[in-house]
Amino acid sequence: MTSTTALTDNPVLEADRIIDDRRTRIIVCCGSGGVGKTTTAAAIGLRAAERGRQVCVLTVDPARRLAQSMGLTSLDNTPRLVEGVSEEPGGSMYAMMLDMKRTFDEIVEAHSDPARAEQILANPFYQALSSSFAGTQEYMAMEKLGQLRKSDEWDLIVVDTPPSRSALDFLDAPERLGRFLDGRLIKLLLTPAKATRPFTKVINAGFSVVTGTLTKILGAQVLRDAQTFVTAFDTMFGGFRERADATYKLLQAPGTSFLVVAAPEPDALREAAYFVERLDAERMPLAGLILNRVHRAPGTLSAPRSLAAAETLESAPNGSSETDSSQASADAVAAAALRLHAARMSLGERERRVASAFTSAHPAVPVMEVPALPEDVHDLAGLRTVGASLSGEPQ
Amino acid sequence: MTARDTDWDGVRLHVVTGKGGTGKTTVAAALALALARGGRKVLLIEAEGRQGIARLFDRPPLPYGERKIAIGPGGEGETGDVYALAIDPEGALLDYLQMFYGMRSAGRALTKLGMVDFATTIAPGLSDVLCTGKATEAVRRKGGRNGHAYDAVVMDAPPTGRIGRFLNVSAEVSGLAKVGPIRSHADSVANVIKSPQTAVHFVCTLEEMPVQETLDGIAELRGVKGMQVGGVIVNMARPAVLPREELESGPDVSALAGSLTRAGLHSADELAKSLGDELAEHARRVRLQDGQRDDLAEAGQPLYELPLLTDAIDLAALYRLAAELRDQGAA
Ligand SMILES: Nc1ncnc2c1ncn2[C@@H]1O[C@H](COP(=O)(O)OP(=O)(O)OP(=O)(O)O)[C@@H](O)[C@H]1O
Ligand SMILES: Nc1ncnc2c1ncn2[C@@H]1O[C@H](COP(=O)(O)OP(=O)(O)OP(=O)(O)O)[C@@H](O)[C@H]1O
Ligand SMILES: [Mg+2]
Ligand SMILES: [Mg+2]
Repeated sequence: MTSTTALTDNPVLEADRIIDDRRTRIIVCCGSGGVGKTTTAAAIGLRAAERGRQVCVLTVDPARRLAQSMGLTSLDNTPRLVEGVSEEPGGSMYAMMLDMKRTFDEIVEAHSDPARAEQILANPFYQALSSSFAGTQEYMAMEKLGQLRKSDEWDLIVVDTPPSRSALDFLDAPERLGRFLDGRLIKLLLTPAKATRPFTKVINAGFSVVTGTLTKILGAQVLRDAQTFVTAFDTMFGGFRERADATYKLLQAPGTSFLVVAAPEPDALREAAYFVERLDAERMPLAGLILNRVHRAPGTLSAPRSLAAAETLESAPNGSSETDSSQASADAVAAAALRLHAARMSLGERERRVASAFTSAHPAVPVMEVPALPEDVHDLAGLRTVGASLSGEPQ
Repeated sequence: MTARDTDWDGVRLHVVTGKGGTGKTTVAAALALALARGGRKVLLIEAEGRQGIARLFDRPPLPYGERKIAIGPGGEGETGDVYALAIDPEGALLDYLQMFYGMRSAGRALTKLGMVDFATTIAPGLSDVLCTGKATEAVRRKGGRNGHAYDAVVMDAPPTGRIGRFLNVSAEVSGLAKVGPIRSHADSVANVIKSPQTAVHFVCTLEEMPVQETLDGIAELRGVKGMQVGGVIVNMARPAVLPREELESGPDVSALAGSLTRAGLHSADELAKSLGDELAEHARRVRLQDGQRDDLAEAGQPLYELPLLTDAIDLAALYRLAAELRDQGAA
């Protein structure tokens, strides 16, 4: 690859500066689904460890082979030392996979007496909530981050965020879960019909329509489970909110850096833009944008000229002598190579156009490009390559 | 009109799943277009209201309702119509309340109270059942030329990781009301989904994770009695630019330079070297792709292949992909 012309004119994101700055205590990698959040988080963590930091990487749903390469074979919710990391400058790397159900269970166990904890854990509604509510994973990722940070065993925590359509889910889901848990309907359900509170008739009538309809659709058992759960859980609600708020504040603290990851595609960059704007509104510290899986345009021969040359070769008259035929087959190979090159150049051009939609709206956001590697990233060597690109080292 | 056999004659509900970002929405739309010929009427359903279909067809967000969105390919008299519907849990719940209790306006009031959110949260299976319910209702609806309102329904479904749960409606509602309409509703949904009328197609790119997910997804669905696994649609494939043997033997850089000079290009030596590198990288990619394709073929389902298009996906591109699906017998 000869040319390394950047897709954008934005300032360059200097990953090493962020990693080497001891004041950086948390790096959060976010972005829409499948753009490379987990890969980036692991690559940053590895690079930081090999530059002397005591790192813990919190991953969510890593690809199987990548997890194995970090020694993560079971979902046990505790950080494990990663083997094969160079310890020369005195750093180390721990990694863990988030187990959201277990994290939730642990909160319940830590905040209620054993009998009540058992009752909650066995409740079908709790089981549904802790394993499938959209938002639980995000909440638990935040919770785990809070725990890791509080333990103060690591001087840098790199957080991967759950796979979700929208990058904003990471910020919104904990709030949504909190809102749900102390929402209006739950309160209604908790309030027996002949409540001592000054309920007006209207509300009572409205209430019976609601419960009546819910019972019709969901069945009385589901509602009863929900009620039992909410009653048992009631004393913990406040704690939930408080901890979520505390972690949210942690994300606004100066030691935190957000890295937004996007592929050079319209959807991913649109999501990245929303996220960048949101971080700004929440006064959360954005380090920059990582444009992952970029196809660099190799060389300077443009797509139209390349195609024209291919056509010239393809339309050349075919001789019949032996030299002619070997020449013809060489020409066929060259024409194929030229067409391939043209497609590569067009792809690069398309990515540049797509990226510029983001950068013209956000010209001050530092950007770093990571090229698309020919293979998936599933070992430490691959992570080192990504880490080197993140730091702008020539490949 | 000559009816050509396709691999899925007899299927009226095409469910399209796949790993996130592999092209489910794009392929579902192309499949709907491919099916819309010979006067057929096809409904394209988006299951998880993100308005991907509207964006793809360059339309404003679709309301909760069936609208004509495109006409099929093919010449005079040969074409058909594609209708689109974006389902959201709220609309589907209101529909349901209306259908079984005749209470649409009460339903609206409940929406304001956040009941829809609440109900779908405490019973995560509910919105899935409402969604599949809407699709199967469209499949069964009477009318049209052949007695059916729609000749085929194509559903842009949730990703592979959720598809098993999404389609397994009976299990989904097992925790819900033991009697009443939602039960019989689920049963009638299951009657369509677990029948030869329905096929679940997998969209997959030739990369490790999507291939693994596809194989896992196929295995999962095979475990559900009555469920029909459909085709595997390989998307965004990069076709080999040269025959495999020539790619394997590697480029002869000096011969390449000679050809480039004949084509009138300058600094041919330097250029030949960099084009040679690109060709070698392409060869490597093709080899990796071939490996992934072999793994997919192991599953034993029909394979179709759509190329990676370099331009943005617009209506013209969709027709191109539709023609590919048709030529390969998928529709
Ligand atoms: N620069 C790169 N070059 C080649 N492959 C890459 C690159 N970055 C990531 N990948 C591959 O892309 C796939 C998706 O990456 P990854 O799992 O990191 O994404 P993610 O954003 O965490 O996805 P999800 O939203 O599902 O959690 C993986 O197979 C990974 O190996
Ligand atoms: N054959 C193709 N050639 C080029 N680009 C394609 C092709 N198929 C899909 N794409 C592009 O890939 C991206 C993802 O496609 P699409 O939105 O259809 O995927 P999806 O599986 O529905 O994603 P999601 O999981 O987010 O719903 C889009 O930008 C789309 O334009
Ligand atoms: Mg991930
Ligand atoms: Mg989609």
